[in-house]
Amino acid sequence: MVERYVISIDQGTMSTRCILFDHRGRLVSVAQKEHRQHFPKPGWVEHDAIEIWSNLQRVVPRALDNAGVGPDQIAAIGIANQRETTVVWDRRTGVPVGHAIVWQDTRTDALVEKLRREVGDDFFVEHCGLSPTTYFSAPRIRWLFDHVDDLHERAESGEVLFGTMESWLIWNLTGGPAGGLHITDATNASRTMLMNIRTLAWDDELLAYFGVPRPMLPEIRSSVESYGVAHALLPDVRIGAALGDQQAALFGQTCFAPGEAKCTYGTGSFLLLNTGTSLVRSRHGLLTTVGYKVTDQPTVYALEGPIAVTGSLVQWFRDRLGLINSAPEIETLARSVEDNGGCYIVPAFSGLFAPHWRSDARGVIVGLTSYITKGHLARAVLEATGWQTREVVDAMNADAPLALKELKVDGGMTANNLLMQFLADVLDVPVVRPMVSETVSLGAAYAAGLAVGYWPDLEGLRRNWHRAGQWLPTMDPGRREAEYDNWKRAVERSFGWIRSQ
Amino acid sequence: MAGPVQSIERAAAILRLLAGGPGRLGLGEVAASLGLAKGTTHGILRTLQSVDFVEQDEATGKYQLGAALLHLGTSYLDVNELRSRSINWTDALAARSGEAVRLGVPLEGKVLIVHHVFRPDDTFQTLDVGSLLPLHASALGKVLLAYGAAPLEPLVEGEPEAYTRHTIVSSQRLNRALAETRDAGWAAAVQEMIMGEADIAAPIRGQGGLVVGAVGVSGPVERICDSKGHPHTSLVGLTRNAARAISRDLGAARW
Ligand SMILES: Nc1ncnc2c1ncn2[C@@H]1O[C@H](COP(=O)(O)OP(=O)(O)O)[C@@H](O)[C@H]1O
Repeated sequence: MVERYVISIDQGTMSTRCILFDHRGRLVSVAQKEHRQHFPKPGWVEHDAIEIWSNLQRVVPRALDNAGVGPDQIAAIGIANQRETTVVWDRRTGVPVGHAIVWQDTRTDALVEKLRREVGDDFFVEHCGLSPTTYFSAPRIRWLFDHVDDLHERAESGEVLFGTMESWLIWNLTGGPAGGLHITDATNASRTMLMNIRTLAWDDELLAYFGVPRPMLPEIRSSVESYGVAHALLPDVRIGAALGDQQAALFGQTCFAPGEAKCTYGTGSFLLLNTGTSLVRSRHGLLTTVGYKVTDQPTVYALEGPIAVTGSLVQWFRDRLGLINSAPEIETLARSVEDNGGCYIVPAFSGLFAPHWRSDARGVIVGLTSYITKGHLARAVLEATGWQTREVVDAMNADAPLALKELKVDGGMTANNLLMQFLADVLDVPVVRPMVSETVSLGAAYAAGLAVGYWPDLEGLRRNWHRAGQWLPTMDPGRREAEYDNWKRAVERSFGWIRSQ
Repeated sequence: MAGPVQSIERAAAILRLLAGGPGRLGLGEVAASLGLAKGTTHGILRTLQSVDFVEQDEATGKYQLGAALLHLGTSYLDVNELRSRSINWTDALAARSGEAVRLGVPLEGKVLIVHHVFRPDDTFQTLDVGSLLPLHASALGKVLLAYGAAPLEPLVEGEPEAYTRHTIVSSQRLNRALAETRDAGWAAAVQEMIMGEADIAAPIRGQGGLVVGAVGVSGPVERICDSKGHPHTSLVGLTRNAARAISRDLGAARW
C-alpha cells in the first residue's frame, strides 16, 4: 500500500515552513524559507505577502522532494500561521494594498491608548475576550483606512479583502482572483478584536466601532473542517485545517482536556490553558481566546498568557552584552555559579504583558553588588523566564476552576535543562517535553488529518504523543516563596518608569 | 615524504602576525606585512575565520585572533550548544527506534551524558543528564576512545574496572575493539557495564571531521540485540543516520 502523509504549512514570523508527517505523527521531511522583515520606521514591522506566497510555492515542492513523495500521496493540508498579522488585498488582481502589518508592529499604540481611555477595556473584553493592545488586527485596519485613500470605499464595495495570513494563503491556494475561498478560522478570527467570542460571528458593535465593513471580511469557519481543495500547488488535495500558531501548538501537544496547558518558549512565550467549552473571563489579566473548533462540535476555549520577552532576553544577553557566543551557552555560564547571587532581571523592554499589562514599565536589574558576576546575570536571565511563567500560571489558577497539574513545553528554549528544572521548581508541577518539538506544525497536521479522516479522533492523536523528557520539582518550598517574593519586589521596581506625557 | 604545505605555512604566519601585532589588522596590512597577494591572503583569512581561529570586526572589517584559539586545548563545542543542535535528530531517533537516546562527550576519563531522550513508551523514566559512564564499558565511550576524542593511555595504564564478566579489560582486546569500531563506524557494548543492558553508538563529528561526541540508543539487551546477541542492524542504521545528521548540522562536510 502506498504510504500517505499530511502536509503542514507553518507560516511564521520569520519563515514559512512546510513539514510532512506520517501516520504515527513522526516528522518525515522539512523545507523552510525565510522572508524579509521590513522596518520602515521605528516600531513598524512589515512583511511582503506576495513574497510569503511565493516562498510557499517553493517550500511545498521541496518538502515533497525531500521525502520522495508525490502530491497524490498527500491526504490533507493543514495551516498554522503567525497570528494577527494583517493583509488587505485587491479581490480582482490579488495584489495586496501595501505590505502586511505584522503583529509586533506598534504603529497603532496611540489609537489603542485612546480606545482604552475612551471606551474602557470592559466593552472589548465583553465582546471579544481581549483588552486592546497593539497586537490585534482591528486597530490596524482602522489605521489603514485613515492612511490609504479610498480604501474604506473599496472595502465597502468588497473590492478589497482583509485577512490574516491563513486567509491570504487559502485564498491563493484555492484559485485567488478566480474564485478563491475567502475564509478564516475561529482561532484566527478571535485575535482580530472583531469576532464575538461567544457566537463566533463578526460582532456588529465591534465592526461599527472600528468602522470595518462586512464585505471585506472572510467567512469564519471551524479550525478543523474540510474547507475545499487546493487548485494551485497541490491540485485536488483537501485543505483540512487552519489555526493560529499558538493554538496549533496547543493542539499538537494534545491538550484536549480542560486543565491541560502548554507553553511555547521561543522569542516570546505563550502559555495556553484549555478551559473546555466554557468561556472563562479572566479577572487577572489573561486573554480569552478560541482554543480550537472541530467541525460542528462545541467551541473549545483557552486562556492565554503572552510573555513578551523570554528567548529575546537571551538574544539580548548574547548580541547586546556579548557575554556569550550562542544562546545555549547561557546554560554553561549560568552553571558556573550556584545561584543568582541575589540578582534579578525584569525584562520589561517594552512594558510588561500578562498578567500586569503595564506599558509604563521598563526593564530593571536589581540586587547588584560587587559580588555579582556574569554567571549570576546569566542565572537571572534564565530565572526571569521561570518567574514570568509563574506569574501567568498564578493568574490561570486564580481564573480557572482547576489548578495546573503539569506543564507541557516546546520551543527552542526547552533544550535548556537548567531552565526546565527551574521551571518545575518555581511552578511546583512536573514540566514535560514531548518527542516532537515542532508542535505548531504537528498541530496543524493533526487538525487537517482529523478533518479528512486520516486520523480517527482526538484519542488516536493522544496516543501519538510521547514524553521525551520530564523535570520534577525539587526546590525547598521556603526557598521558592522567598525567591518569588524577591521577584515580585523586582517587578514593582520596573513599574512607572515611563512618565505619561 | 612530501614537503611542507605552503598554505598552512602562510596561515601560521598570519596567526603569528595577528598574535604579535598591535591589535586588529586590515586585509591590506596583513598582505603587505607578509608579502602576499591580497587574494591569497583573503582566502586564508576566510578559511581561518570559518574555523573561528580568526575574527573579523563587523564595523571596520579588520581581523584579529579568534576566541577558539584561546580554548584550543579544551573542547571547542559547548555541550549545551551540542544539545540544542542535536535535539531534533535525537527526538527523531527515539521516535523511530522506540529506544532511549543518549548523547555523550568526554570528561576526565569518563563519558558525560549531556542529553537524554526517554524511550517513547511513557513509562516512568528520569533524565540521566549529568551522569558519567565508563569509557571502556559503554558504546558511547568506545566511540570516543576509537576516534581520539578521549585518550586511551590513562585508561589502560590504570586497570580498567571489570563491571561484568563481559567488560573488556585487557588492553589488547580493547585496542582490537576500537579498531573494529573505526572500521565499522559504530560501536556496541552488550552487557559490558550492567548485565541485561546494551547500547549502540556512533560518532558525532564537528568541523573538519573532529569527533566531538557520540550518540546512541540503549536499553534491555533483548530489545537492542537479536537472539544471537548481535545489535539489530536496523538500530545501527538509525543511530548512524542520526549521528550523520547531527554532524552535518555541526558543519562536518563529508559526513
Ligand atoms: N539552549 C537555549 N537556552 C536558552 N535560550 C535558548 C536556547 N536555545 C534557543 N534559545 C532562545 O530561543 C529562541 C529561539 O527559539 P525558537 O523556538 O526557534 O523561537 P521562534 O520560533 O520564536 O523564533 C531564541 O530567542 C533563543 O535566544
